[in-house]
Amino acid sequence: MDNKVAEGVFFLTGKDFSNAGIASSNLKGVLEGMNVQPDIIRRTAIAAFEAEMNVIIYAVAGMMHYYITPETIRMVVKDMGSGIPDIGLAMTEGYSTAPDYIREMGFGSGMGLPNIKKNTDKLDIDSVVGGGTTLEFIIYLNKDSKGAKNETP
Amino acid sequence: MKLHEIVNSLSLEVKTPSLDLNKEVTGGYVSDLLSDVIGNSKKGNVWITLQTHQNIIAVATLRDMSGIILVNGRNPDADTLLKADEQGIPLMVSSLPAFELVGRLYSLGIRCQ
Repeated sequence: MDNKVAEGVFFLTGKDFSNAGIASSNLKGVLEGMNVQPDIIRRTAIAAFEAEMNVIIYAVAGMMHYYITPETIRMVVKDMGSGIPDIGLAMTEGYSTAPDYIREMGFGSGMGLPNIKKNTDKLDIDSVVGGGTTLEFIIYLNKDSKGAKNETP
Repeated sequence: MKLHEIVNSLSLEVKTPSLDLNKEVTGGYVSDLLSDVIGNSKKGNVWITLQTHQNIIAVATLRDMSGIILVNGRNPDADTLLKADEQGIPLMVSSLPAFELVGRLYSLGIRCQ
C-alpha cells in the first residue's frame, strides 16, 4: 500500500436501515484509494460492516472511528446502546437477541461478532449494561504478523 | 461466464436495465442471512436470495459481487432498485425457487468459488 496515514469517523444512527452499510462502503473506498492489499480490504470491510450493523440494529446511535497507518488498521466503534450482559455468550456463533423483524431481514443470525473476530487480528469488547458498548479491533497490514490472526484453525 | 449469458440462459428478468451485464461471474453463493453472505461469498460471485430490501445492495457492494438474483419471482423494494442503480449492482429476478435456480446455475458451470 501507499506509505500514508489516514483517520476519520462515521456517525451512525440506530434503526437507520436506509443508510446502513454506507460507512463501511466509504471506508472500503478509502482503503482502495490507499492501495491496501485486496485481502486486507476484504477483512476490514467484513468487520466494519458487522460492527456498523450492530450499532444500527441494537443501539440508539454510535460512532465508527478508523485509524490507518502503514502497519495497522485500527477501528473503534462506540455506541449508545443497552450494552451486552454476557460478552462470552454474545461471541457464540448463532446466539442472538435480535427481534423477529430484524431476523426476517437476514440480520441477527448471531454471526456478527464471530465474523469480526474471524477477520481481525485483535478484538476488544468493553460493554456496560445500560451504558453502551465499545468495540476495538486491529488488522495488521504486514503479512509477517498473520500468526496473530484470531481465526481458529 | 458472463452475467448476460446467465440472464439469457435462465430467462432472468433484469430489473436494472441501465447497468452493464458484461461482468465476469466467478461463482455463486446462496443464502438469506447477510452475515453468512458477507463472510463467505467471494468477489465476483452472483448472489441468490429471497431478501428484497435495500441492505442487500450494501452487502453486494462490499463484496464486489457481480449481481443479485431474487428467487420465486420476488420483486425488489423501490429503494433497493434505486441503490442497485446507484452502486452498479445488477439485480435480476427468477420465477424459480432457490433450489431449482441453483441447480440450473450449477449445470451452466457456476460453482461456489
